[in-house]
Amino acid sequence: MFSYIIRRVLQSVLVLLVTGLVAFAMFRFVGDPVDSMLGQERTMQDIERLRENLGLNDPFVMQYWNFLGRALQGDLGISYRQGRPVAEIIMERLPATLELAAVSGLFALVLGIGLGVFTAIRRDGFAANAIMTLSLVGVSLPTFLIGILLIYLFSVELGWLPSFGRGETVDLGWWTTGFLTKSGLIAIILPSITLGLYQMTLIMRLVRSEMLEVLRQDYIRFARARGLKERTVNFRHALKNTLVPVITVTGLQLGSIIAFAIITETVFQWPGVGLLFINAIQFVDIPVMAAYLMLISVMFVGINLIVDLLYVAIDPRLRTEGKS
Amino acid sequence: MTDTHLPPAETARARSRLAMAWDSDVGWSFRRSPVAMISAFVTIALILAAVLAPLFAPHDPFNPATLNLMNGFTAPGTPNAFTGDSFLLGTDDQGRDVFSTILYGMRISLFVGFSAVAFAMVLGISLGLLAGYVGGWTETIIMRIADVQLTFPAILVAMLIFGVAKGITPIEYRDEVAIWVLIIAIGLSDWVQFARVVRGATLVEKHKEYVQAARLIGRSPLAIMLRHILPNVLSPVLVIATISLALAIIAEATLSFLGVGAPPTTPSLGTLISIGQGFLFSGEWWILFFPACTLLILALAVNLLGDWLRDALNPRLR
Repeated sequence: MFSYIIRRVLQSVLVLLVTGLVAFAMFRFVGDPVDSMLGQERTMQDIERLRENLGLNDPFVMQYWNFLGRALQGDLGISYRQGRPVAEIIMERLPATLELAAVSGLFALVLGIGLGVFTAIRRDGFAANAIMTLSLVGVSLPTFLIGILLIYLFSVELGWLPSFGRGETVDLGWWTTGFLTKSGLIAIILPSITLGLYQMTLIMRLVRSEMLEVLRQDYIRFARARGLKERTVNFRHALKNTLVPVITVTGLQLGSIIAFAIITETVFQWPGVGLLFINAIQFVDIPVMAAYLMLISVMFVGINLIVDLLYVAIDPRLRTEGKS
Repeated sequence: MTDTHLPPAETARARSRLAMAWDSDVGWSFRRSPVAMISAFVTIALILAAVLAPLFAPHDPFNPATLNLMNGFTAPGTPNAFTGDSFLLGTDDQGRDVFSTILYGMRISLFVGFSAVAFAMVLGISLGLLAGYVGGWTETIIMRIADVQLTFPAILVAMLIFGVAKGITPIEYRDEVAIWVLIIAIGLSDWVQFARVVRGATLVEKHKEYVQAARLIGRSPLAIMLRHILPNVLSPVLVIATISLALAIIAEATLSFLGVGAPPTTPSLGTLISIGQGFLFSGEWWILFFPACTLLILALAVNLLGDWLRDALNPRLR
């Protein structure tokens, strides 16, 4: 098991090095940094001095190494468009995205498990079938259309919820939160439903199929034979045993929630890193794009690693396989 | 249609081929599935409408000479208050007929979708065959790259490639090449599925006797890969290609909607939806509604077709 962990960690580091290399290549070769930093009136000496100062004359591997070192210290370069350090801009935007992702994830998990159990227990009922059919439609709707549909229904027609922005936020040191104000709480409802809907249907279908599988097992029949209450059988015995794959899928989906936040944030003009990234693409702001790539790869690889290690910790069968 | 140009013998063979396809297992499953027949009909009808857009479209939405700004914001089916012109699905802010813009927009969506899938397919099949047949370092490198790319959602990869390509092209060419960049970005984000499936199938096929026989009579590795193995691994590729087409159409729409895809001068369905979103609050719902419906119907039809094909070609389900 120990060697498995080591191998898994090394693999993750390798993936990070590769994405770091892609980010560095973007940084270094797309657009000339000297061009963007020096004005019109420059001399060859200026260019040469700047090249030397920026380390552009060093060997490629050396430059990459320095780039990684700076990135680890939080120096991600300067945004071409805003003229401010990229790390500062990202830190400003990150709380909005993380809060949105957390609420969407929670929504997906709670509703997904609840509806999954419901549709499994009442599998022939009308409501369960209606939910399953609706979930099929939900899966084939593109995210941005779901967002527009919700805006049309709840903002334009009913006028209940705001259609854009984060509402009022409260500063907590370096973290700004929308959870403490009424407008902030109202504003997060539509974006988090938009973002979480796909994951919700995914978890629901998974829980349903796992539950149906478990409910057929002998120990459930014996639990019923012992005269346990239906609720105890369903939740204490059946649901508990479906949770391992659910945890894995939820963990892995957390990464795609953060990536798909780009779309939701654009539809709702939510001031997070996703919107920042889209604007960076539109204005070819390479340092921001490269930084976003590195940020998201650290998150993805980190989440994948944690999920894999948790899986080994939870499921004893994998531990013995690791040994042999 | 093309049958009339062929000599009689050829025509007979072509017909019998069609009849053979109709009588085959897949044809039988097609005839028994109303969902497959309806989705195939809808897909073909939409493709034809897009290809023949210049014949069907009542107006040419990209010819400024035929546009009348007075016609702007005409509601569907009702005559315009100033000019008295009537439009089936209404007009947008510039007086462009929504029905015509949808037909032309679908053209771009389908063109990007088909080209991106074709590109991903060629790239994925080649790398998959190479990885499966040659093995060794080639395989390790190709599959590692695939693994790293698979860590990230395809849409994110496509966005990054689009952004980098935009950075490389000079400003004056950006709108012109945007469509091609889009095709390459979506194609590059999608090759992994093809490569994985083809590699897996190739690993199985390459140990079979017919491959060994081909090697024995001295056929070159390239010929063995392309003429012997490839035809035998094509059926899963066909399924993935169909599902990929639906995904590529949605990916294109999403990118264009976000403003990192088709430029406003050549709008695709996604661009039209993003234009329409601006008029949602002022009550001109049709500018958004009809392009969105078209996108949904198109994506759903292709998706259902892919689902059916997967079941029909799966020997375990027969």
